[in-house]
Amino acid sequence: MFDLILTQILNGLASASSLFLVASGLSIIFGVTRIVNFAHGSLYMLGAYLAFTLVNLFGPASALGFWGGVVLAAVLVALVGLVMEVTVLRRIYQAPELFQLLATFGIVLMIQDIALASWGAEDKLGPRAPGFKSFVILFGNRFPTYELLLIVIGPAVLALLWFLFQKTRWGTVVRAATQDREMVGALGVNQRLLFTSVFAFGAGLAGLGGALQLPREAVTLHMDLSTISEVFVVVVVGGLGSVAGAYLAAVLIGVLHAFGILIFPKITLVLVFLVMAVVLVIKPYGLMGKRPVGHVRGPAAAEPLLTPADRATKLAGLAVLLLLVAAPLVTPDHLLLTLTELVIFALFAASLHFMMGPGGMASFGHAAYFGLGAYGAALAVKWLGAPMEPALVFAPFLAGIAGLVFGWFCVRLSGVYLAMLTLAFAQIAWATAFQWVDLTGGDNGILGVWPSSWAVPKTVFYYLALAVCAACVLALRFTVFAPLGYALRAARDNPLRAEAIGIDVMRVQWVAFTVAAFAAGIAGGLFAFFKGSVFPTYMAIPRSVDALLMVLLGGVQTVSGPIVGAFAYAGLSEQLMKLTMYWRFVLGLSIVLLVVLFPRGLVGGFLALRERHGAAGSGAAGPRLAVEGVR
Amino acid sequence: MSAVATVPVGAAEGPVLVVRDLAKSFGGVHAVQGVSFAVEAGRMLALIGPNGAGKTTCFNMLNGQLRPDRGEVVLAGRPITGLKPRVVWRMGVGRTFQITATFTSMTVRENVQMALISHEGGIWNPFAPARARHVAEADALLGLVGMAEQAERACGVLAYGDLKRVELAVALANRPRLLLMDEPTAGMAPRERVALMALTAQIAAEQGIAVLFTEHDMDVVFTHSDRVIVLDRGRLIADGTAEEVRRDANVRAVYLGSGATSGGH
Repeated sequence: MFDLILTQILNGLASASSLFLVASGLSIIFGVTRIVNFAHGSLYMLGAYLAFTLVNLFGPASALGFWGGVVLAAVLVALVGLVMEVTVLRRIYQAPELFQLLATFGIVLMIQDIALASWGAEDKLGPRAPGFKSFVILFGNRFPTYELLLIVIGPAVLALLWFLFQKTRWGTVVRAATQDREMVGALGVNQRLLFTSVFAFGAGLAGLGGALQLPREAVTLHMDLSTISEVFVVVVVGGLGSVAGAYLAAVLIGVLHAFGILIFPKITLVLVFLVMAVVLVIKPYGLMGKRPVGHVRGPAAAEPLLTPADRATKLAGLAVLLLLVAAPLVTPDHLLLTLTELVIFALFAASLHFMMGPGGMASFGHAAYFGLGAYGAALAVKWLGAPMEPALVFAPFLAGIAGLVFGWFCVRLSGVYLAMLTLAFAQIAWATAFQWVDLTGGDNGILGVWPSSWAVPKTVFYYLALAVCAACVLALRFTVFAPLGYALRAARDNPLRAEAIGIDVMRVQWVAFTVAAFAAGIAGGLFAFFKGSVFPTYMAIPRSVDALLMVLLGGVQTVSGPIVGAFAYAGLSEQLMKLTMYWRFVLGLSIVLLVVLFPRGLVGGFLALRERHGAAGSGAAGPRLAVEGVR
Repeated sequence: MSAVATVPVGAAEGPVLVVRDLAKSFGGVHAVQGVSFAVEAGRMLALIGPNGAGKTTCFNMLNGQLRPDRGEVVLAGRPITGLKPRVVWRMGVGRTFQITATFTSMTVRENVQMALISHEGGIWNPFAPARARHVAEADALLGLVGMAEQAERACGVLAYGDLKRVELAVALANRPRLLLMDEPTAGMAPRERVALMALTAQIAAEQGIAVLFTEHDMDVVFTHSDRVIVLDRGRLIADGTAEEVRRDANVRAVYLGSGATSGGH
């Protein structure tokens, strides 16, 4: 038994090394540039693919061929990082955190299609490392020597990083910049060069992490997102910006995984979740992280004034609603399906907007609640034999309860920390649906989730969806302007002042989080019956990002934004998918361009335009002008 | 609020706020070391001292933002030591901040309405428009501080002096028995300073509110305080009327030593 424990610890340490390389790269980049690089998992994947190609090119049998390939892959990934920084990130250092995350997600999509085009959809199996193909007998078990090598590489890289940061000029500057960027700039350090070099360096670490995995596991197109969510867990647990914390957390998570697979293979993720929860309760900013000091970006950007819709906007809203009601009379069937989907997505986007706009809590995992709503409905049908009506009622409660539990942790954090945690929770929900095959059918999903007979005709179901979604969107909108919505905005605008006038900031945010999850669950339940089936992909990261894009496209500062955004985005992406096989690349590129060109979203940009005209025309300095105060 | 019901304003004998032997250290730095004082209803007490004397630390312990290492804070006979800011507020303590803290996505009136809604315990209401609530009360408070004309403007675009007035109106929304003002006139023009403090003193006298404020501008301190306490390196070195404090040898040494003179910073 004792032998087994030691073996599993070694296994955990081995898998911790690659995780640490990626996480430390992410952490170092964040420390200096304050950007959480979503594409870090993609750089890891690129490292693995490039190593596969290069090692086979140089000859995997010779040590020089293999290690040369691995090192060159890491260097090439560093170059990719350099190009990323110079072309995209350099332009968005001043943008809000969320847009930075989003832009790097755009790069994730682009790299996905680049990898698909270059290496194809099939998994690639790499060669074993020359000289490390055998086993040794350790504690009575066979243990691959390559694993031992990996165990050594982790601490070796940690030591190397320590040396680099403590003993070299570049490292000293990086540490100084991590503490105070402006000061380092004022001292005459070339900031551009510093940022670019740090980004390339961090990218190189991710590339090396990926390349080193080559002999261990197959290279796949899914490595990017699975890695980045694990890395987010590692940096949340270890503390963002701390390299030593990243190692500690990587080892913790790695060992936990190793034991989990051995003892409770089905609830490995639950174990990880529990550890993360305990760490966050005791140390909200990670084992070795520090509470972010004040506003890292200098003076807080003042939130613009939010006013209830004026007459024109209300009339426009009514007109759109009437159009939607009249639509089935004129539209063909297939368009009606699209419209049903759009209406459901509009509610999904509005629910995210509720917590993100007035609540100021950007979720990168909102699909979890959409998906849980869908699964809630499907499970009620499959296991309880429930008809559509009670299943639709049950659906949002599953999502709401998850929101209640996850939200309790999330509201303790803010900004990118919150975004990363929401993503990690969504990943856990996704993995549960994926792994718990007995309950959820795993990858095959749950089929046969059909509406009651009266709601089967497309037109009827469309009206059902429209009625439910319109009512929910209006209710959410109402709440934004009710005392609860005001308290939520108060908590976002100035938590210190909010607490000083008796508002329990965390509790208000917790309630908002739960409400948002519940509303997303309603959308998810409808979606399940609309499609007739549910799959784990309903709560995968791309769907969370869909919702984010809808909200951001419409503009987070307006209440009508998410509706406009949902229609614009869903329409656009459907056209894209028809046009090209590489729609991810085009979508990713569009996201990047969107962030670089319109950091305030479509409606925000439109409002700004309208104000500029209004102000120039009449010279009126009404409250409207306040919106100008954003930047 | 039940707290208000059990101890009506002005009915309590003795001072509104009593602070006994308050102390706080940060690591090896003894920011506040055994400070005791009291404020009476309707009176203005100025807390002064050179930079780093522990004024803000002291303040933050009074409204619950910091938990003291030692000592006691008593509000109208009830201990409030270590309670959370929002609980302290509910017991009748209003506060303004050194750097103005308002809700920028709301209008001036909505800022005050928010405080009024919270005071009546109505923040959990998810229905009924918030804009329609307490309009008259909010406007009355804004009238009191001279901001009625600007009630519809966004807080994000106000002049600094006006923001300070809004903060005062917000701090008065829960009918406080104690008002804490951290550097209320910092960053304001001299004429505005006098106006704001004269207004505060008037409101305090009329409504029987005890006011504790920190201040760098000695003109403001000597004109508008009923009593002055002086903090230096975490210790209370003087307590008396403006005139007494002005003549105090210790105080002169501290201020001359630190180079600060009357007229602000």
